[in-house]
Amino acid sequence: MSKRQKSRLIRIAIYIVTVIFLALVGRAIDWPVLREALFNWEIAKEQFPRVITMAARNTLIFTAIGFTGSLVLGLVLALMRLSSIRPYRWFASIYIETFRGLPALLTIFLIGLGVPVATGLRIPGVYTAGSLALAIVYGAYMAETIRAGIEAVPRGQMEAARSLGMTYGTAMRTIIIPQAFRIVIPPMTNEFIALLKDTSLISVLGVTDLTRELTRFGRDGVIHLFNATPLVVAGLVYLAMTVPMTRGVAQLEKRAARAR
Amino acid sequence: MPIPPIQVVDLHKYFGTLEVLKGIDFQVNHSEVVCVIGPSGSGKSTLLRCINRLEEPTAGKIYIEGEDFTDPDADVDALRTKIGMVFQRFNLFPHLTVLANLTIAQRRVLKRSSEEAQDVAVKMLERVGLTEKVDEFPIRLSGGQQQRVAIARALCMNPDLMLFDEPTSALDPELVGEVLDVMRKLAEEGMTMMVVTHEMGFARQVGDRVTFIDGGVVVEENTPEEILMNPQQERTRKFLEAVQHY
Repeated sequence: MSKRQKSRLIRIAIYIVTVIFLALVGRAIDWPVLREALFNWEIAKEQFPRVITMAARNTLIFTAIGFTGSLVLGLVLALMRLSSIRPYRWFASIYIETFRGLPALLTIFLIGLGVPVATGLRIPGVYTAGSLALAIVYGAYMAETIRAGIEAVPRGQMEAARSLGMTYGTAMRTIIIPQAFRIVIPPMTNEFIALLKDTSLISVLGVTDLTRELTRFGRDGVIHLFNATPLVVAGLVYLAMTVPMTRGVAQLEKRAARAR
Repeated sequence: MPIPPIQVVDLHKYFGTLEVLKGIDFQVNHSEVVCVIGPSGSGKSTLLRCINRLEEPTAGKIYIEGEDFTDPDADVDALRTKIGMVFQRFNLFPHLTVLANLTIAQRRVLKRSSEEAQDVAVKMLERVGLTEKVDEFPIRLSGGQQQRVAIARALCMNPDLMLFDEPTSALDPELVGEVLDVMRKLAEEGMTMMVVTHEMGFARQVGDRVTFIDGGVVVEENTPEEILMNPQQERTRKFLEAVQHY
């Protein structure tokens, strides 16, 4: 038997085994019950419009505040890491290592519970503590992304800007950072998606009825109705937001690769 | 004696423990074109970059129009606006159009109004013969065109003198001429210029003086005819033989 014949035979065998396996699993499952538990059409319909007008809306609010905060924090930390002033660099490095090394959940507890317990301060606003914690965590990731972007801008750009009499700050603002941001759009979109998903962690702080985001909304539905449909609906809403973005990033990266 | 635009006194530059410039004395007079030649690694580009403080001199003095540029209290940014700099790799800002490349520093540094900056930009593009490219992005231009835009960008700041760091070394051979033509025109208009170059023809035709640098010191300095036809130093002779071999 030739090599080619042999590999063909193996492939056919794998197909047959797979089909048999799937058939057995398919027979073992009680399809109507499964469908009823995972996707009950009546319950699915009941999730609307609240799954959008409240749950998805809250997810997006947490994401927007968290992302904006992390962007500002990340930019400041990135500039500190690249600073010629040593204590700035130290501070930024320690910050980044700390919050990249901690679980996001722990940081959320730290800000939402630890800080009030330790200082007696209650962080005001229903969205603030959770968004702040996410901004702090993602600020660390963002800082590294932005720093890499700034370093990817050729050195001659800074030299040219300085040779025209621009200060370091003006050159950074008008020449370097705009170019750096173009470079980091794909990785930053990935961070945006990760942050969007991690807003689900915020519910551990005990959100009020009106600040429930998608995951909490789905969970509460499951507990109330003893049916998994609300979670499936919440999941589909997540995918409706994240998949277009991951596809978009893939397109951007393809175009960037072609431009190079 | 009028004050020379560039005066360098006993300049030393170390990179780590490596001494790249070993006590350079150098001067460019008003409206003079000085071409600096020398083998790669000789320190000629470092000298030029020190004059713009893109490299920090280790010791020695640099005077720009009589002002001590090496003084710790010197206003480096203000002095740099007097010095136009043209790089080997053009270094145009790729995220900006040609027009924005030419106006951004005028507006941010010289605080010119948008209209004034645009007027100046268009005039300078005329000088380098590229008015039709005003709204293009740099990536759409040839290397020669990019370098001419880079020259126009430097001219927009009304510099008193211009530094050229191997301005044609990154160009395809057929694009070298258009850049040298622009530089020759500038020289004829009386611009003070320091040109680090390998273009011996340009040095001979346009240069008032040629400085040969090797091993971090000025080996020989003379008129182009003298230095290119009748070099006094052995090292100069060897270098010229090597570059003019074919």
